Amino acid sequence: MKYVDDFRDGEIARRLGAAIAREIEPGRRYAFMEFCGGHTHAISRYGVTDLLPPAVRMIHGPGCPVCVLPIGRIDQAIQLALDEGVTVCSYGDTLRVPASEGLSMLRARARGADIRMIYSAADALSLAQREPERQVVFFAIGFETTTPPTALVIRQAAKLGLKNFSVLCCHVLTPPAITAILDSPEVRDLGSVPLDGFIGPAHVSTVIGTRPYAGFAAGYRKPVVIAGFEPLDVMQAIRMLVRQVNEGRAEVENEFTRAVTEEGNLKAQALMAEVLELRSEFEWRGLGVLPNSALKIRERFADFDAEARFGLRYRPVPDHKSCDCGAILRGVKGPLDCKLFGTVCTPETPMGSCMVSSEGACAAHYTYGRFRDIPVTAA
Amino acid sequence: MGVFVTFQSRRRDFGNNPPRQAWRAADQEHTCDMKKTYIRPLDLRHGGVDLSHGGGGRAMVQLIGEMFGRAFDNEWLRRGDDGAVLPAPAPGERLVMATDAHVVSPLFFPGGDIGCLCVHGTINDVAVMGARPLYLAASFILEEGFPLAELARIVASMAAAAKAAGVPVVTGDTKVVERGKGDGIFITTTGIGALPAGCELSGANARPGDAVIVSGTLGDHGMAIMARRENLAFESEIRSDTAALHGLVAAALAAVPQTRVLRDPTRGGLAATLNEIAQQSGVGIVLDEAAIPVDPQVAAACEFLGLDPLNIANEGKLVAICPAAAADALVAALRAHPLGARAARIGEVIADEQRFVQMKTAFGGRRMVDWLAGEQLPRIC
Repeated sequence: MKYVDDFRDGEIARRLGAAIAREIEPGRRYAFMEFCGGHTHAISRYGVTDLLPPAVRMIHGPGCPVCVLPIGRIDQAIQLALDEGVTVCSYGDTLRVPASEGLSMLRARARGADIRMIYSAADALSLAQREPERQVVFFAIGFETTTPPTALVIRQAAKLGLKNFSVLCCHVLTPPAITAILDSPEVRDLGSVPLDGFIGPAHVSTVIGTRPYAGFAAGYRKPVVIAGFEPLDVMQAIRMLVRQVNEGRAEVENEFTRAVTEEGNLKAQALMAEVLELRSEFEWRGLGVLPNSALKIRERFADFDAEARFGLRYRPVPDHKSCDCGAILRGVKGPLDCKLFGTVCTPETPMGSCMVSSEGACAAHYTYGRFRDIPVTAA
Repeated sequence: MGVFVTFQSRRRDFGNNPPRQAWRAADQEHTCDMKKTYIRPLDLRHGGVDLSHGGGGRAMVQLIGEMFGRAFDNEWLRRGDDGAVLPAPAPGERLVMATDAHVVSPLFFPGGDIGCLCVHGTINDVAVMGARPLYLAASFILEEGFPLAELARIVASMAAAAKAAGVPVVTGDTKVVERGKGDGIFITTTGIGALPAGCELSGANARPGDAVIVSGTLGDHGMAIMARRENLAFESEIRSDTAALHGLVAAALAAVPQTRVLRDPTRGGLAATLNEIAQQSGVGIVLDEAAIPVDPQVAAACEFLGLDPLNIANEGKLVAICPAAAADALVAALRAHPLGARAARIGEVIADEQRFVQMKTAFGGRRMVDWLAGEQLPRIC
């Protein structure tokens, strides 16, 4: 696997780790947040932290699409499938997210709801075309990466004049979430979450470019380095962040130049703008209600808006009271700080969303890292 | 009540002949007209299973005789009794019994089909206990409307696999369920094998310091199924590794009789198998990712689908744990066999009260290799 293995080379990783260690200023500590779940996953799966000097601490950010999806939105999808009898298509990870009344989409399916796991938005559209007697709703979630395909299928459905296809649009935006973290009292006032910089999203940035991050560097004085999802990308980005901190710079730098440009993918941006518009506010799990942080379907395409077609109302549902997903998503707590972690909340029976997706901080730690919590003796 | 058993009760109606012959003999007594309709053979080109094929009547007897009896033909089936009478094992030997239900979708996949899979799966479960597989029983659940042509292909594949393995199908059963109540065909096989005195393989035997060995590349079966299901086109086809492993097991145990654990890492892949062993033995395991053999095609497909080859099912691979001193001999013995050509030593057993399976990543870090949460790939075998 040329072009993949190249970015996972153990020898280069070892040298890069040594280089980072050399650049660490004595006595200084560095705390960086990787915003994206993709980075969280790479760090855990390849054991990147083992190659970093102890002075560098990585904080897992909220960039996991499944993790930030509030219970109320899952309830809507379940309601559509169970009460309205429609076929709900969704990406696999959402199926296990716990919803109200002990349900999840998977459990709703066992109760007879027609819920299908798909790999792309196009799969949902072709299902609607293939089975015209069925009402098909695509439960669209994710950041800017998965948004253009959703916009595309809506436009295609309009062109085809499909009467049995609509989208429950829950797409969210990256920059408002970063703003929310930087504006949170823990980061801004209390300083209880030291944050020296961000590893910026890989795939999201291929769509939106590097420009939207400029405000975080200029306004909040936080360095941002956009990085690819391979482990060497992550290490290189950490090295670039360490340098910025050492030199007192706060800039947007791009480690992922092989895929990310300054302006991003203009075609995809135009497509999103044509079909979708800003929601005035949207509830995020862990971050609360954030203004202008999500997208809805434009009036022109209202026929394909499941919220309009089925008259859905949004009802916010609080998380389980012992669940710390909110604080974990903001970087205030780590998985081990949560009372539920590893006891009643495991990947098999997740209580909170961070335990559901493999990109979630809790699932990543449980699956790949929990041996670190307990000393293990070699034979 | 077994198919071949039901057959037996029919036989009483028709006289004391072996199945198919009995059928023919009975026909002779009828008029020409009736005879034509009556002995019309199964329509293997366009016909389908219907409820009468499981109803205990003539249609069922015909299906059994023409389909199963013919394909699996052996002395036990020919007797047509309620069960198979089998000789006792040699003195000192014990019996091993294992069963496995197969619900794979799609039924036919590159490298195999549900027919050979259901023979290999059960033979392997018997074999990894250290036993010599001797006999199989097969039970079929057929869905109304299932094409007889496909059934014939599957049965032929089962028969060929059983013959190649030298393990006859000595008894069986057939049921038919209404359309929509099953997915074409489900097959359950049960196997019996003879375990030599002194052979004590168990997942509970691993000890700190032991070596962990696999017999070849991981993830081939699951990825062959997945690629077919998702219509993924790769440059060269990924083929299932489905195979009967009793020969490989015999070679391994002949070379290293002190082998402590053998397992076939099917559903859940290597990760699940090693976690089971760690739990049973009360030990930890540390793997070396760089040493784990994975076919480049499978690695690429996993990358594409976001899957981990360690979680993916195998149907023709062994995991072995043996004392470190014997590891080289065991790898050599496996490699000398055609089914073990890519055998490799991939890790070691350590003392760990937490019973964790960890891995040194090729990248240079460490991580856990955990059980899979939920279902990664349903209907894999």
